[in-house]
Amino acid sequence: MTIYLDHAATTPINRAALEALNNQVQKLGNASSVHNQGRSVRKDVEDARHKISELVGANPAEVIFTASGTEANNLALKGFYWQSGKKVIVTSAFEHHAVLDPIKWLVEHQGAEAIYVPIKRGGFIDLDYLQEIINQSGDEIAVISIMHSNNELGAIQPIDQVVKMARSIPVHTDAVQSFGKIPFNFSELGVAAATISAHKVGGPLGVAALILKHGIDLAPLLHGGGQEREIRSGTLNAPAIVSFAAGASAAVAEREANFKKIRALRDHMLSQLQRVIPDIQINSPVDPALPGIINISIPGTESDALLLLLDSEGISASAGSACSAGVPRPSHVLIAMGLSEELADASLRISIGASNTFAEIDQVISVMPSVVERARSAFAVGKLS
Amino acid sequence: MKLIAAMSGGVDSAVAAARAHEAGHEVIGVHLALSSNPQKYRSGARGCCTIEDSHDARRAADVIGIPFYIWDMAEEFHAGVVENFLSEYSAGRTPNPCLRCNEKIKFAAVLDRAKGLGFDGVVTGHYAQMIEQDGERLMYRAVDPAKDQSYVLAVLNKAQLDGAHFPLGDTKKEDVRVEAKKRGLYVANKPDSHDICFVPSGDNASWLRDRLGSEVGPIVDEAGNKVGEHKGAYTYTIGQRRGLGISVPTSSGEPRYVLKIEPKSNTVVVGVKEDLAISKIVGEKPIWCGPEPKVNQELIGFAQVRAHGAPLGCTYINIGSEIKVELNEPLFGLATGQGLVIYDGNRVVGSATVSATE
Repeated sequence: MTIYLDHAATTPINRAALEALNNQVQKLGNASSVHNQGRSVRKDVEDARHKISELVGANPAEVIFTASGTEANNLALKGFYWQSGKKVIVTSAFEHHAVLDPIKWLVEHQGAEAIYVPIKRGGFIDLDYLQEIINQSGDEIAVISIMHSNNELGAIQPIDQVVKMARSIPVHTDAVQSFGKIPFNFSELGVAAATISAHKVGGPLGVAALILKHGIDLAPLLHGGGQEREIRSGTLNAPAIVSFAAGASAAVAEREANFKKIRALRDHMLSQLQRVIPDIQINSPVDPALPGIINISIPGTESDALLLLLDSEGISASAGSACSAGVPRPSHVLIAMGLSEELADASLRISIGASNTFAEIDQVISVMPSVVERARSAFAVGKLS
Repeated sequence: MKLIAAMSGGVDSAVAAARAHEAGHEVIGVHLALSSNPQKYRSGARGCCTIEDSHDARRAADVIGIPFYIWDMAEEFHAGVVENFLSEYSAGRTPNPCLRCNEKIKFAAVLDRAKGLGFDGVVTGHYAQMIEQDGERLMYRAVDPAKDQSYVLAVLNKAQLDGAHFPLGDTKKEDVRVEAKKRGLYVANKPDSHDICFVPSGDNASWLRDRLGSEVGPIVDEAGNKVGEHKGAYTYTIGQRRGLGISVPTSSGEPRYVLKIEPKSNTVVVGVKEDLAISKIVGEKPIWCGPEPKVNQELIGFAQVRAHGAPLGCTYINIGSEIKVELNEPLFGLATGQGLVIYDGNRVVGSATVSATE
């Protein structure tokens, strides 16, 4: 038996998305063709666009399909930077690498200047610091990019306040973790751009979208047929797009019920973890937070040992990220929050989904003491040698 | 048993892991990241530390159907192997880093971590045999003499060897490749790795020069007459003949060999081949792979001083803190710092580090 507790990495495809994918993939036609088959697929894609625009509170022309959340983030960051002629990009220190790395590339190759808003201990951006930056160099800021909720902590960021402070400065938000799990409304939020992704909400892999405010024209990353408002080229991936819309619709329809269910599982797991590992440190905030993310540090262990041992018990969780060589690195998110390298290196992220059960959580809790004991004994040997 | 398979990305460790898995053990593949700044691609035969190699290892684990992880041992490797390599060379000795890696990393740091995590031992693709006799696990040479790696494993003590598993010791290399192909492991035809994995260029002398400097010093004959100059005494090894760059011939016209390296005075002493001849070896810090031989008792066996050197008939005595060896025939050129391994027939008795020769 395996217990999947890595829903922040990817989610199981839901029934609606799977059916839509199966049907659409059998259908002939390129959505850009004018003939019969092309028109038919075009209608399916535009229906999907319409659906997604409703789900995110945007208008259909504001939805630009991409092949991944990473691509959507790159498009937004590079696009705003190139279009604005301004040098400064403001972001936070605990963004996903899909935001941090394009910014780093712009700094290293295109003369950009990055300013990182620090993270307060609880897992939220320092708004006072952001205000100060805007006061000081507002005229030079090309874009502010702050994630809607953090993928390792679940902490929901005060984007509405960021937008207020930013006034005319465009704000982009990476909302891949939030969309479908908590209320998210693009037009009400007032951001200039937002990234959402299908596979985080029960949809298929290989499709995402940048929601881009009407009237904003960004320089494309990919040049070609100009299929998506001349901002993104590439034959439209109709099966994935249609499946995205179906999967996301189901997720949004069940959002409130799932939120309650996942929250209850999370709260149960948190209290049980604290019971069986008394010196555990909880890194993730209780609220405002996504329903199912738990981030903990277990002093005297290493993340990779914990993951190996849990995996061998059939339990899938995650921690931090790996470098290009696959070597585990302490989470930059936890480091940004002010954790010591040692505690960051002893962390574990558990992300619960709607398909998890109380029995599964109890099963994890039952093996946890032995996992922690072995991880600690391996850690102790490492320190001796 | 629960075993950690150390997987370099090469064919041997892949087949070893597959065999252990097939034998019914619970096996987890682990690739050791030994460099904090690995090269992306393999070049030539120096393969085991590139990102490409770690991908090869992961692919092999996936095909075998075992979990796979990368363990970061870069710090331990640097401290235990690379720094030791440099300090030994700068002290005028000739170290073998593969011995140190087995001793300090694969069967120490990795084995200890494996045990801490609740595993019973470590599987590697080394060619050597562990054979159980009278309740004791003893190490023997591999059946493939061309691939036998018992020499580089002789630094492991009994406790380490008890946690060591070498599933390939009974097989010839060519058969391992055939087996890899049958198992669908695409590393079946990957070239063997040679040389020192942390010297990407393969040019040890220039690698050492970059790190230890290239202070010019004299090359002298046995009478102390200067016959040439060198750029760093540590780039020479006892018995070396080529690359000395000496313009003054010997009176008899014989080729010259490196006899001695004196790191303090940065001097390389050369002479004729006969002067290299030794018949007595003292090895310090002995490690016994099986039962420790009785102290102060003369025993008959074989000594081996290089990874693929010939076994030399000898008598040896365990005097406690050292092993004293007397060779039946003289040996030409042996550097201090090299590994001395004692065999009883094909069984590995133990090893020591050459500290003196005569």
